[in-house]
Amino acid sequence: MTSTATLAGRGRTSPSRARLAKYLRHATGVAVFLLAWELAGRTGLISWLPSASTSLARVAQLAADPAFLADLASTLTAAAVGLPLAVLVAVPVGLLLGTVPVVEEMTRAIVEFLRPIPSVALIPLALFFFQPEINAKVALIVYAASWPILINTLYGVRDVDPVATETLRSFGFGSGAVIWRVSLPSAAPFIFTGVRLAASITLILAISVEYVVGGAGGIGAFLIQASTGIGADAMVDVIATLVWAGLVGLAVNTLLLRAERRLFRWRHA
Amino acid sequence: MLEIDNLTHVYGPGSANEHRAIDGLKLSVAEGELLCIVGPSGCGKSTLLRSIAGLITPTGGEIRVDGKLVRQTPDNLAVVFQDYSRSLFPWMSVADNVALPLRRRDMDKRARREAAQEALESVGLLGAAEKYPFQLSGGMQQRVAIARALAYRPSLMLMDEPFGSVDAQTREDLEDLVLKVRGHHRMTIVLITHDIDESVYVGDRVVVLSKAPAHVVGDLRVDLPGPRDQITTREHPDFVRLRGEVGRLVRGVDVAAPA
Repeated sequence: MTSTATLAGRGRTSPSRARLAKYLRHATGVAVFLLAWELAGRTGLISWLPSASTSLARVAQLAADPAFLADLASTLTAAAVGLPLAVLVAVPVGLLLGTVPVVEEMTRAIVEFLRPIPSVALIPLALFFFQPEINAKVALIVYAASWPILINTLYGVRDVDPVATETLRSFGFGSGAVIWRVSLPSAAPFIFTGVRLAASITLILAISVEYVVGGAGGIGAFLIQASTGIGADAMVDVIATLVWAGLVGLAVNTLLLRAERRLFRWRHA
Repeated sequence: MLEIDNLTHVYGPGSANEHRAIDGLKLSVAEGELLCIVGPSGCGKSTLLRSIAGLITPTGGEIRVDGKLVRQTPDNLAVVFQDYSRSLFPWMSVADNVALPLRRRDMDKRARREAAQEALESVGLLGAAEKYPFQLSGGMQQRVAIARALAYRPSLMLMDEPFGSVDAQTREDLEDLVLKVRGHHRMTIVLITHDIDESVYVGDRVVVLSKAPAHVVGDLRVDLPGPRDQITTREHPDFVRLRGEVGRLVRGVDVAAPA
């Protein structure tokens, strides 16, 4: 009885109303979180924590702070340079590994060894090989961002339907054309997902390098300066910076997710 | 047009799961003929087709298309696969799917586009040119695959159980479509099917294969009055007789096969 009623009720709800209800639930979650934060800050429940309102006010102020904006631009630039470079490196390598099993088998041990090494642990090595620091930052971003793209390209290419491949071959196309016209477009949704995962990694790596190097600018450097200040203000700055990092990550991910849905509509039908 | 001599194919020769799919198969198809190949499922029909298309290299024997030994895919050959949903490229519009193989021809973009439109028109899908495959029904998708083969203007069209995945009504429509387009385009068609009625209805000639390892066990000429019609042809005494003969051959019951 109950289930019938629920089903009927769901049938009557229009898609736009369902979406509104979903957004409402999301917003409620955020509101509860902010309220808890505000209370925890104000009542002194967590003594070091500045209240939500103070922190968010600082977030807004930072948007007009030239020093912060320069640092933000520096971080985003490194990420924006590193990500396309990672695509240029990882997609061809992934295609090679995905289409030539011998190469994949020969490199598997190396890949499985390198992949689990936390990229952050490579910062000293990168700083040693790449100078000035901006180069080390970009190099590490390229390295770390390449992995998800490489792996997704590899599996995407392996997943290509043999019927699609044979179809093209039956029209007399060679293996180069098969890779270009079937394997690549067919793996494109996987590759794009890899790029989206890589995008968040670029931010992690950029900020980590900046934080370690300090002098090199970027959000990470801003974070160091903020945290070396004194008293409650320092903590407000730190938290406001973190909120900015989160917002940037969220924006990039949302943008890429939208692009993904739009580009690969054919996939989910 | 197509000569198959002593064709043999063994999967995984020498291994524990060695499978002899085709054994000493001989077959010759004349120019302009519509030959249907029937046989029990798993008898090696698809192996035969893939060998003709040069998609696999048979372990023994020779295949010639237009007198030329098949080593890789012959130039004037097109294949229509059973699984249209996997054979069409989902990221391309219908028109682009049909036009793609024409890149192998000496045609500029405009000529390819026009040829695609023409082929789509001949299968009654001109209005769907800008749609994507997923927006079409199964029968329409298979029409697109047929249009893609037609646009390529092959001299030999291979069809691998092309109507195996559509409903009965659509199947009849597509059978008639094949009969119609072969009238317009001069080409040889080899159609593989497991449907005995279909083979007699569509074919000029029906070749029956044994179960694996496949060889020819029957070769029947179909002399039915044309044009063929889904109702009257299927009522014709010759149709009934032929489908009986083919049926017995497929099931392995001994009947004298006319040479």
